[in-house]
Amino acid sequence: MRALLIRDLRLALRAGGGFGLGLAFFLIVVVLVPFSVGPQAALLTRIAPGVLWLGALLACLLSLDRMLAVDWEDGALDLLATSPLPLEGVLAVKAVAHWITTGLPLVVAAPALGVLLNLAPGGYGVLVLSLALGTPALSMIGAFGAALTVGIKRGGLLLSLLVLPLYVPTLIFGAEAARRGAEGLDPSTPLLFLAGITAGVLACMPFAAGAVLRVNLR
Amino acid sequence: MPDLGKYADAVLSAYAVSILLLVAIVGLSVWRGRRVRAALRDVEAQQDG
Amino acid sequence: MSLWEYANPVKFLGLSERLLPWLWALAAVCLLVGLTWGFFLTPDDFRQGSTVKIIYLHVPSALMAINAWFMMLVASLIWIVRRHHVSALAARAAAPVGIVMTLIALLTGAIWGQPMWGTYWAWDPRLTSFLILFLFYLGYVALWEAIEDPDTAADLTSILCLVGSVFAVLSRYAVNFWNQGLHQGASLSLDKEENVADVFYFPLLVCIAGFVLLFLALVLYRTGTEIRVRRTAALRARAARIVAPEGGLDA
Repeated sequence: MRALLIRDLRLALRAGGGFGLGLAFFLIVVVLVPFSVGPQAALLTRIAPGVLWLGALLACLLSLDRMLAVDWEDGALDLLATSPLPLEGVLAVKAVAHWITTGLPLVVAAPALGVLLNLAPGGYGVLVLSLALGTPALSMIGAFGAALTVGIKRGGLLLSLLVLPLYVPTLIFGAEAARRGAEGLDPSTPLLFLAGITAGVLACMPFAAGAVLRVNLR
Repeated sequence: MPDLGKYADAVLSAYAVSILLLVAIVGLSVWRGRRVRAALRDVEAQQDG
Repeated sequence: MSLWEYANPVKFLGLSERLLPWLWALAAVCLLVGLTWGFFLTPDDFRQGSTVKIIYLHVPSALMAINAWFMMLVASLIWIVRRHHVSALAARAAAPVGIVMTLIALLTGAIWGQPMWGTYWAWDPRLTSFLILFLFYLGYVALWEAIEDPDTAADLTSILCLVGSVFAVLSRYAVNFWNQGLHQGASLSLDKEENVADVFYFPLLVCIAGFVLLFLALVLYRTGTEIRVRRTAALRARAARIVAPEGGLDA
């Protein structure tokens, strides 16, 4: 398992798309927002938590279709399927690798982008916390979506269509927590819900994803 | 025709839209069903002959 | 004689051929009677005026939108557990009908909302959950269309339906929470079941029956279509196998 994780991380690093692309996309989305809604500081402060969450979610989505497709094309996935490691484990590891290369940089970069959007000073801690709690769920749900569409040529758009509705609860609670934090309210309720969703997803989703991938490898 | 008052547009458009959609789904289903049934008959006739 | 006998496609087709004329006729009668009764013979509501007549379309379609998804969930479970092809095909056949029901509920709701609330759309929990349900339907149908191998498609969509159901319920509660968080005490509730008077209630019941029957007829008919598509493909494949060796002998 550790070997697979290290291999995935290395591949992501060498390909250059891993850390860089998602972050750059996140940056661009955040930069484009003031252009589209105007530069008024008060307005930006109000929408900053939501925009940051949406940007992070889209950046996560961007790299999902490569999560399994590369290994599918060169046959590595078949090898992994015959290895002693169960497919559920493979997918969990893939999701972790995706989170480390995409989710974690987003969490770290979010405060810097918060400055650009004039985020309220008190909101940074909760924003980072909510993203740190929520993005693992995004990666794991994404792994399910990737496993679902792995056999389909040009499945990228379909993947988005399937995965985005599944992101709704995470987005609602995450953005709500960040908003409450920014407005100085108590964010603990949405944070607890968010943590609950993430825990549930991490516990159950590998099995659904594994079942789906097994069907696709048949 | 009942007197629908000032909301006539809303009521009538709601009925029109719904009935249109219902007719569309029924029509599409039957149209596809007919074609498929005809294709199956053709294939079955070929195999018997 | 058990229910599972109808998992046999031939038996299923036989039963549905016998039932379908009755279902179509009953559905048509119920819809005609219910809608005419509702449209022509019920009084206007004292607050809502004539817009109350939209209820005869809005409530039944909303009910069926949810029930169609529920039926797909049950059919998917049967496919996963017992591998009856008819069940998987029934789930596939129901999805587009569910989409239409969701669309009718959303559209009539919007048309009703304009005069009553002064807006076509509000991010009310119920409205929002229906929009999310609509997205789930779209994804489900898109996945069916995208995969060529029928068994793989049935497996994948069934699992998507299960996972989607969990998330649809989650979203329902999340949306409730989110809306309360944004604007407290938004009282745009569509739930008028309690205060619907008998004058409106009975034609509404007839309409609901009509929608249920229409849904059943459509699903049975469309499932029959899907079964025949399968059979045609199987027969063609067999014919191709029989023809091919002969060609080989000639050469």
